[in-house]
Order: sequence, then C-alpha cells, then structure tokens
Amino acid sequence: MVERRSILKPDGTIVPGSKPRMDEEFLLEALRLMMLSRAYDERVIGLQRQGRFGVYSPGLGQEASIVGSAMSLDPSRDWIVPQYRELMAVVRQGYPLELITATYMGKTTPDTRIPEGVNVLPTQVALAAQLPQATGLAWGLKLQGKDAVVMAYIGEGGSSEGDFHEALNLAGVQRAPIVFFMQNNQWAISTPRRMQSAVPSFSLRAAGYGFPGVEVDGNDVLAVYDVAVEAVERARAGEGPSLVEAVTYRMGFHNTTDNPSRYLDPAEFEEAKQRDPIQRVIKYLTAIGLWDDERQKTADQEVAAEIERVVEAAQAQRGVRPEMLFDNVYERPPARVERQRAEFLKSVNGH
Amino acid sequence: MPQRNIVEAINNALVEEMERDPRVMLLGLDVGKLGGVFRTTTGLIERFGDRRVVDTPLAEASILGASLGLALSGMVPVAEIQFLGFTAQGFHQIGPQLAKYRHRSRGRFPCQVTIRAPFGGGIRSPEFHSDAVEAQFVQSPGLKIVMPSNAYDAKGMLLEAIRDPDPVLFCEPDRLYRLGRMEVPDGDYRVPFGKASVVREGDDITLVAWSAASELCQRAADTLAADGIEACVVDLRTLVPLDVETLVKAVAKTGRAVVVHEAPLSAGFGAEVVATLMEEAFYDLDAPVARVASYDIPFPAASMEHWYLPSLERVVAAARRTVSL
Repeated sequence: MVERRSILKPDGTIVPGSKPRMDEEFLLEALRLMMLSRAYDERVIGLQRQGRFGVYSPGLGQEASIVGSAMSLDPSRDWIVPQYRELMAVVRQGYPLELITATYMGKTTPDTRIPEGVNVLPTQVALAAQLPQATGLAWGLKLQGKDAVVMAYIGEGGSSEGDFHEALNLAGVQRAPIVFFMQNNQWAISTPRRMQSAVPSFSLRAAGYGFPGVEVDGNDVLAVYDVAVEAVERARAGEGPSLVEAVTYRMGFHNTTDNPSRYLDPAEFEEAKQRDPIQRVIKYLTAIGLWDDERQKTADQEVAAEIERVVEAAQAQRGVRPEMLFDNVYERPPARVERQRAEFLKSVNGH
Repeated sequence: MPQRNIVEAINNALVEEMERDPRVMLLGLDVGKLGGVFRTTTGLIERFGDRRVVDTPLAEASILGASLGLALSGMVPVAEIQFLGFTAQGFHQIGPQLAKYRHRSRGRFPCQVTIRAPFGGGIRSPEFHSDAVEAQFVQSPGLKIVMPSNAYDAKGMLLEAIRDPDPVLFCEPDRLYRLGRMEVPDGDYRVPFGKASVVREGDDITLVAWSAASELCQRAADTLAADGIEACVVDLRTLVPLDVETLVKAVAKTGRAVVVHEAPLSAGFGAEVVATLMEEAFYDLDAPVARVASYDIPFPAASMEHWYLPSLERVVAAARRTVSL
C-alpha cells in the first residue's frame, strides 16, 4: 500500500505528530478561496440554468486540492497549466475572476483573455494535451535560467491518454522543473476510477519516469499544501519533476450537461460528503479559537459581496463584435483569410 | 557563389539562424550526433551543444507539444519529425493545439514554432515514411504549410519559417535532398510565404505543382518542349498562404492547366487548386483542368511505388490531352 499523506482529518483534528507548513494566516486565506470557490459554483450554476453562463465544471468537493496546490506557487515567477476544473487556482495565480466570468458569459474578447504578466495558460479540454506543453514550458524556463516552476493539472481520467505518458517521460529525461498535480476525483464523467487503471495508486506511475510520486488526501488542504510545497521546492532546486496524486471526490457533476443520477451510487456520495474539505478546516479553526459563528457570517457576506461584484463587472464587459471573428488566428494572415474577413464584414455590416 | 543541395542548404540555414538567435533550438529523433536520418543537422550538436540540439525520446506528440511549451517559455524551437507520415503519432498537438493556440488564448500566446518533416516517395523507404499527407494540415487554420522544391528556396523559406511568429510546417522533399546543387548564398536572405514561383515560362499550358512534383513538372516541360508544346510551370511553394494571384494569372494566360501532386487524388490539395481556378479563372479556361496524382490507395511497397507515384509519362500524357482539347 502507498502511504496517503494526511494532516487534517475529516473531523477537524490534526494527525498526531504532524507539523503543517501552512501557518494560520495562510490557512485563513485558503479557507476564503475555498469558500469563494464553492459559493461561486453555486451562483454560476444558477446563472447557467438561466441561460446566462456557458457550460461549467464546478470544483465542488475538490476545493482543498485546487487551492492548496496553487498556494504553493509564487505567482510572480511560477506558472499554472490548468486542465479546466482549477478555477480558483488560476484566480489565485492572478487571472481576475471577473474576466473568467465574462468569458463564460460569452464575452470572449481580447479584454477578458489572460492578462499580460499572469503566468497561466488557457484551460484545456483536449485532455492531457496540456502536459507535453507544460513540460516544454518548464524545460524552456530552465534552459533560460529562470527560477520558475510549472504546476500542471490533470485528472485520473486524463492520465489514461498517451500524452500523459509522453509528457512525464520527457520531463523526467530533461529534469524539467514541473509538478504534475493529478486530481483523482474518482470520476471521468461517468467512468469510475476502477475502469480507468489497474494501478493501485496513480502516484506509483512516477517510478516509470524516474521521479518521485506521492499520494495525498486531496480533501486535506494542509497536507495538499505540504506535498505541493515539497514538490515545488524540489523542482526549484533543480531536482526535477514530481507527480502528486490528490485523492478527492467530485461532489458535483462533471459539468452542467451531466446527470450523475444515472450512474452515481447515492451511498458513496453521502459517504464522500462526510469528508468535505471546507468543513474540516472550519472545525479545526473553531477548535483553535480562530473561527466562530460571527466570523462565519462575516465571511459568508464578504464572499457573497465579492461574487456580486464579479458578476456585475463581468456583465459590464463589452460583448463580441464581428470584427473579432478573424482576430488572432495568425500574426501575419494569409491574403485569402484577409479576403474572407473583408467579405464577412461586408456581409454582416451590409444588413 | 556556394553550390548547395537541399540537405546542405537546410543545414546552412540552421547554422546561421542558431548563430544569429540564441533562442533557436532543435529537437527531434536522432538530430544530435547522427545529424538526423538524412544528415540535415550534421555538425550542429558539436557547434551548439546538447542544450540547443536535443535528441528526444521517441514520441512525436511530446516533441510537438513540448515545442509549443518551449515557444511559450521564450525559446524558438525547430522540431524535426523524422517523416511527415509520423505526424499521425502527434497530429493532435499540431492541428488542434499548435495551430490554434494563438486563437485559443485570444492573442496572448503566439507560438513561434517550426516543424520540419521530410516526406515523399521515390526513395524506396518502408511504409508510412513516404506518405504525402500535406493536405491533412490545410484544414488546421493558424498553421502555415511550406513545401520547398529546391535548395535556394529551402534555405530562404526555412529562415522565413523560423522567424515567422506563426507556426509553420516545413515539408522537405526527401527524393530531391541530394539530387543536385545550385547557387545558395551564404548569409541572410528570405523567400517570402505566399509567393508562388513561375519556374518556367510557356504559352501552351500551365503545370501547377509543389515540392518534388515541381521538379517532375520541369522535366515534363522539357519533354513537352521537344514536341513543340511550351509549358509554363508554377511552383506554389506554400499551400498556406496560397498565392491565388500568381496561380490564376499563369493559368489564365495559357487557358489550360494540369495540377500534379504526390498525395492521393481525392481531396488532395490539387482539388483546392482546381476549385480556386473554377472561381477565379473559369472564363479564361479553354479546357477542363486535369489532375495527375497518386491513386486513392495506400502508399505501396517500395517495389511498386513507381506505378503509384505521378510519373513523367502520366504528366506528359495529361498535358498533351489537355492541349489537344
């Protein structure tokens, strides 16, 4: 059996003898982001049901994995290569939530793209395709002597793709400064973890690439942060890649088109809810005197106000214009494409 | 002026560009000490070291995907895929990813990546090595597709490709690699994309081709000239961008055309050329435009490839028929 790293137990107590790296101030910030993540999920799923928001994959249940991993990075020099369910990681890295929200609202303009200086790549729905790219990014940063680390996200489902193997293999050979952070949320849409791989722990796969793999309780933000910091420090020290398997549970649906009642065992789902990543932090902070009903109320209000600000700011963004349709395909577009653009603009502007 | 074949011209372009721009690096299978299976990268690892000339694991998708990431980091990668047919092992990192990355990121992340890939028949290589799959990439908006047919163009277009801020697929005609030498200057010059070359003037018919088929058309023009048929030969040089203007002008002038390519006939890029001529030159045509291509069958064993590939006889016959109509 592989050891599953754990610090904060579901009941909110600390595993005896463990010394979390995350201090209390940082934990309060992690909790704020986790609460924001959950409240945002709820709000935008409502908007999606009203037809005001695009297809969306909530982070519900995975907040500790998403936030704890991202908090191990220095946004000013490190990079995040997301898959698509790591919204708060990307926000923590510096991509403003109102710009992401506007994008989901169809305002896919240059104004809402990832801003200059924010070290985040676009989300990736061709699963695992982001991993060779992340390896190349980390390798290139190393070649240029930059003191940067790349955190690349993948799910247990995406790890069945060939690109997963090719990316980890190349990263190992080049000792690229990269952390492959796998969220094993037990589900690839409706396909359960046991149908994805016979390996007893995905973290074991790292051995095949010549670098360490570690398994962690993905609902334990303190432990996730610990293993992520260790992997980031390893990469920064020139010791190469790591694979982290954060064992968590998708407490929502795959995305807003999904219907988990067709395949989910309700008993398993109820059991998973007992391991909620946010509740255990609240229990812990309450026990050490840093949380109470009053603080909960204030925090809830602040999160709600932040989300309203974000939604309003997103709504205020300009929408798409026909002139944007041909933008950014080429830096130097072929004459034929320029001609199509002119014909298109004439056709839409003429009527 | 120095005389170079295509292998030497490509090597010379890589050397000069790596000297000029320290961000340029090469990666691919066997590009290091071996110098590539066709020796195009000979001497580069000795000159620039193993951080800039990198033998990669045998995995096309990671060569291509990592090239994208290297470009995002600030490097200028030139990836070699050993044979164009092997892009099938990593196509998903080219068409959907590399070609679209600028667009997907709404302009935040351009990808200055060049993919070099030898291809084509006539060298008796085993299956997959010879596949002319260039048309498969034309439906990947964002990607430029470059098909040099001679050493001068190969150097000038490779320098243009490496410096182009858009990703470029640079397809090298392996049959012509060492066919002969021509004047290829030392130092910097560039052959711009989207400018077809009229390699031979003629008033009776226009032969349209790219890459190795362009060399075939020039030989066909020689044969036709002996019969008193003067053929104009247009080498498209790049499929994306397509030089519609030169193509249409050259075909309108003769009123007759044959399009020649090594890829299978159906939905080959020749179909695009003919459709373009229907749109732009229909009233100047005196005869239907003909196509000479490989057949709609898999590339056969080396022992049968001479029956499969467009031959001098087939091109000449198509031209004679078109002129007689």
